[in-house]
Amino acid sequence: QNHGYRTLSLSGHVGFGSLPEQLVKKSIKQGFCFNILCIGETGIGKSALINSLFNTNFDDPVSTHFLPRVQLRAQTYELQESNVLLKLTVVDTVGFGDQINREHSYQPIVDYVDAQFEAYLQEELKINRSLFSYHDTRIHVCIYFISPTGHSLKTLDLLTMKSLDSKVNIIPIIGKADGISKTELQNFKNKIMSELVSNGVQIYQFPADDETFSEINTIMNGYLPFAVVGSTKEVKIGNKMVRARQYPWGIVQVENENHCDFVKLRKMLICTNMEDLREQTHARHYELYRRCRLEEMGFTDTGPESKPVSLQEAYEAKRHELYLELQRKEEKMRQQFVQRVKEKETILKEAEQQIQTKFEHHMLMHQEVKQKLEKKKKVLENEIALFIEKKANAELLRSQASVSTPVVTLKRDKDGK
Amino acid sequence: SCAGPVESKTEAAMSELVPESRQKPVVPMKPMGINANLLGYIGIDTIIEQMRKKTMKTGFDFNIMVVGQSGLGKSTLVNTLFKSQVSRKSSGWNREEKIPKTVEIKAIGHVIEEGGVKMKLTVIDTPGFGDQINNENCWEPIEKYINEQYEKFLKEEVNIARKKRIPDTRVHCCLYFISPTGHSLRPLDLEFMKHLSKVVNIIPVIAKADTMTLEEKTEFKQRVRKELEVNGIEFYPQKEFDEDLEDKTENDKIRQESMPFAVVGSDKEYQVNGKRVLGRKTPWGIIEVENLTHCEFALLRDFVIRTHLQDLKEVTHNIHYETYRAKRLNDNGGLPPMAVETEENHESNL
Repeated sequence: QNHGYRTLSLSGHVGFGSLPEQLVKKSIKQGFCFNILCIGETGIGKSALINSLFNTNFDDPVSTHFLPRVQLRAQTYELQESNVLLKLTVVDTVGFGDQINREHSYQPIVDYVDAQFEAYLQEELKINRSLFSYHDTRIHVCIYFISPTGHSLKTLDLLTMKSLDSKVNIIPIIGKADGISKTELQNFKNKIMSELVSNGVQIYQFPADDETFSEINTIMNGYLPFAVVGSTKEVKIGNKMVRARQYPWGIVQVENENHCDFVKLRKMLICTNMEDLREQTHARHYELYRRCRLEEMGFTDTGPESKPVSLQEAYEAKRHELYLELQRKEEKMRQQFVQRVKEKETILKEAEQQIQTKFEHHMLMHQEVKQKLEKKKKVLENEIALFIEKKANAELLRSQASVSTPVVTLKRDKDGK
Repeated sequence: SCAGPVESKTEAAMSELVPESRQKPVVPMKPMGINANLLGYIGIDTIIEQMRKKTMKTGFDFNIMVVGQSGLGKSTLVNTLFKSQVSRKSSGWNREEKIPKTVEIKAIGHVIEEGGVKMKLTVIDTPGFGDQINNENCWEPIEKYINEQYEKFLKEEVNIARKKRIPDTRVHCCLYFISPTGHSLRPLDLEFMKHLSKVVNIIPVIAKADTMTLEEKTEFKQRVRKELEVNGIEFYPQKEFDEDLEDKTENDKIRQESMPFAVVGSDKEYQVNGKRVLGRKTPWGIIEVENLTHCEFALLRDFVIRTHLQDLKEVTHNIHYETYRAKRLNDNGGLPPMAVETEENHESNL
């Protein structure tokens, strides 16, 4: 690692021994992120376990068995202990294993894990990026709940774990372990572990390379999968309130190491290996995702003749490709636009036609009515003319009659006397 | 598809009748930032210990560059800072060697250890800077070297199969040595710092401060600070990168009172008042390097090593490197535009 660097000895106190302290101080200021994915069937005790692990009552709505498909529900909490601020995100798989046909149960989970990697990768590839203030949502650990059947792993369990083991650190646990007796439990654990091995499922191994923790980590590896019991209720034992489950035949205490492995899980998950889980996620799982994704996108480190492809060329090639894509899309949009314009034109033309027809129709009507009226007018005019004639005649007759009438009256008087 | 709250039974039944579209990857919900009250000790704070152990195992890299005219005591100062012969002067440097005709960049690395912490320290010397008759553009080789280190890191970072720990040769800190003339900064000083303060953390120091009295020192420092401000030179710690009020208060004091540090370096020890101290022996007394009443070396050492070392690295990584990277990715690298592209360009213009 030293690449030929000479080691020098210091002749006095320099002070860079405080470097880890400086680093820690900065990390505390930034705060820590930890993301847990809980996979397990509805009712297996995921919420109870999380509540017990973090000794608090997160408000989780109760799920039903009747969801049509698996949904992932993520909730983020801010926890603080002394001066450490932890942004804890718990992702629950709601509806896992409930459907009649469970073929697609694990796909949404895999998609979710990939989506978090993708989001980080996108940020990393940005030109103007801010990785140090990025809220890391990548899943650091997956707690897989195995049903306490006492027999073996279900096919769904194997399939799901196999699809996730190269993407996330898996810690298998047996949920609701208070239903198994001690003897049955050890057999069950052995069966599970051998099935995992024979199916090639890679679960998270507690690291045994650090001197301080190698011993305890190795021992703990032997206790996998942890048989846990979680509880949201507290029971009074002696003069303390402890998390426990009360049965007619006794009380199962969550934090009693004789009763279940809960304390071991908490110790391993939080007190000993939280940082390692985060590092494995970033240095191993994320790098693998990134590598696959970049290769998928067409980037390579070495070109067709195994010559190293320079960053320049890779970006240029990619940019050209995207440019062509952009052109294609533009052309498509242009054609669509032209099409739409044509369609609109046709519609408008039709409308215009219709209006024209109506107009002509109305003109016709108008003509007809006008003609009718003209006719009527003529008729009336004729009548008027006739009437005037009649009137004139009548006048004439009256005037003639009034002239001849007095002669007749005289004659009558002479005679009549 | 959504990651929203649970549907009710009837809704679920109804949605089963609706034909299912292909599952899209679920988008994570925005963090709701629910504050949960812990009802008992869990052990979250052990992550500090876990982190500390991890960093001690991996060790640290630190790269420091010294710039200034020859004879200002650069090598001696760096040796004094790291209490060992880390600088070029001791790695076979001959005092009779000719001053180079151009600025050379010489990087030498050593591994030092203290308190269980391993540090790979690289000292980058710049012999020839400011020593020519015509010093125009003598900062260019230095700027080029700094950018080359950013380029190296960038190349490694964009590889598909990349190393777990990318070797960091980037310059984290550049000590610029100001001649103790007592008057003002020289044009060369201003030019250098103007150009380089944008790409690297510059810490100006007044060299060979044992030639100034206390009053002369204070006045000179004030004048230098003023000149730097007037010329818009942002030396480390830069105001714009203060993260919070605590940082700002602490850094303000350093920026406005302590800097530039007036230092004296020495790798010889003398007996003073029964103690062995690093110092310079003169007819009129022994100048104790680590005595705050004699010079500000201890302030510089504490500042660079004991409190701000990690910050120097972080500013280099999060800001200077990111700036370089963004610029690099935005440029088309000076390649001529492709002929094919321009043709298509014309066609697509409606």
